[in-house]
Amino acid sequence: MPKVTFTDAIGDTRTVEANPGDSVMETAVRNGVPGIVAECGGSLSCATCHVFVDPVDFASLPPMEDMEDEMLYGAAVDRADTSRLSCQIRVTEDTDLHVTTPETQV
Amino acid sequence: MSGLLIIGASQAGVQLAVSLRALGHEGPVTLLGEENHRPYQRPALSKEFLQGIITKESLIFRTQEYWDGHRITVVKNERIVRIEKKDDGSGTAFARSGASFDFGRLALTVGARARRLQLPGADLPGVLYLRNADDALELKARVPAVRDVVVIGGGFIGLEAAASLTKLGKRVTVLEAGPRLVGRAVGPETSEHLRAHHTERGVEIVLDAQASRVVPNGDAVGGVELVDGRVVPADIVLVGIGVVPNTELAESLGLECDNGVVVDRYAVASDGVTVAVGDCANLPNPVPGAPTGDRVRFESVNNAIEQAKVAAYAITGRQEEYAGIPWFWSNQGELKLQIAGLSSGADRTLVRRDDEKGKFSVLYYRGDRILAADCVNHPLDFMAVKAALASEAAIPFEQALDPETPLKKITVAAAAPRETRSET
Repeated sequence: MPKVTFTDAIGDTRTVEANPGDSVMETAVRNGVPGIVAECGGSLSCATCHVFVDPVDFASLPPMEDMEDEMLYGAAVDRADTSRLSCQIRVTEDTDLHVTTPETQV
Repeated sequence: MSGLLIIGASQAGVQLAVSLRALGHEGPVTLLGEENHRPYQRPALSKEFLQGIITKESLIFRTQEYWDGHRITVVKNERIVRIEKKDDGSGTAFARSGASFDFGRLALTVGARARRLQLPGADLPGVLYLRNADDALELKARVPAVRDVVVIGGGFIGLEAAASLTKLGKRVTVLEAGPRLVGRAVGPETSEHLRAHHTERGVEIVLDAQASRVVPNGDAVGGVELVDGRVVPADIVLVGIGVVPNTELAESLGLECDNGVVVDRYAVASDGVTVAVGDCANLPNPVPGAPTGDRVRFESVNNAIEQAKVAAYAITGRQEEYAGIPWFWSNQGELKLQIAGLSSGADRTLVRRDDEKGKFSVLYYRGDRILAADCVNHPLDFMAVKAALASEAAIPFEQALDPETPLKKITVAAAAPRETRSET
């Protein structure tokens, strides 16, 4: 089973089993992981599902599209080198992803 | 057991339940919906879901494990038809099925319903609406056999569906009764930009279109006739002419209603205890600097979420202000429209466009003060304006005229911290 490990801004960690094909955002929201708001439900409109991806994991992800890149400039907490919008990261069969959520999303 | 009964398993209802638990509210919470579906998100129904990009499953808000784990009782397929409420706000809600639900306090998150088309032939099979999952499922089931579609109403839902159906290879005509598209939500420059975009992609758009009747073809719909006698052929007619807030239950309780259930800044209705949130609620305009006494009813996910949070605080005994700036989005095929703020009261506008990159935005000002922006495929402008509005920062008009200048760079922080709004 693919899994995603979420660490919040104060260091608490939760690992959630994920379904292939779902986004990392959906995995978080449906299971009630705090720290991901996702107001727009994954349509790349709000930048409230911002995560910092573990640098090792980051390299294994498909590159982001321009629209995601632009949206990230408006995230509530400033973007960093491994920032992504979690609605744009798809879970695959062998996903074992580690992300940290920012202090706030809005 | 009589805790909080939330009528309406909507975006607002779900957020209210979730926020209450996040705030540590311990009492029983029941989230009750009239549809025979688990609580789901609506926005994708006219877009990714209609196009077959995502499944029904990905519309579901929360897992059953989440609801169970947070002791939120989710009830589906129960339509409340009558409520008895005492002065202290407690009472019993009676469903059409005969079931009844006692409550200590009531929350109305009952939303709005699609306005029905009032034309001869409007009840023919094949005249469809797109408000809920069943509507979307019916539309989707009919699509394979369809060649011609008439969309009545050039608003968000009509244009989103038109773009989706065009992508699916259908011949789509949009009939808009007004002189421009989305006239209620965007300015004329944006309307024209949308018209050009959809026309280029093969959508036929008729403005100032006065439909006179739906023309039958056998037992079903065959087209739409305009007052000039022209008939636009249609295998289905999709109606998107706005919504009507569901206020009947509130009215039956004697709650003040005026284009929605009238609530105060804390989402509390006129009885001082029942809360109303989302598309069904009429609230004091929450935008900083809004005229005293100005009231609004939003039809947006953002408002459902933010107002639900305010209501959750109210239920836990805290008075918290509505946070953030109203914002809206509409994805129409390759076109991503994002709106920050409310443009009403604007006295001048400026357009920033880069046709090569397909970026377009309109900024609305009252004097030197920025009020709002419509942004098409321009997230940088959207995010910059939304951030500026939230912090009451300035974006100087003259400097913003140059589309090459990033708005974030010319934003000037507010001199004084944000003042608390006076009570309305």
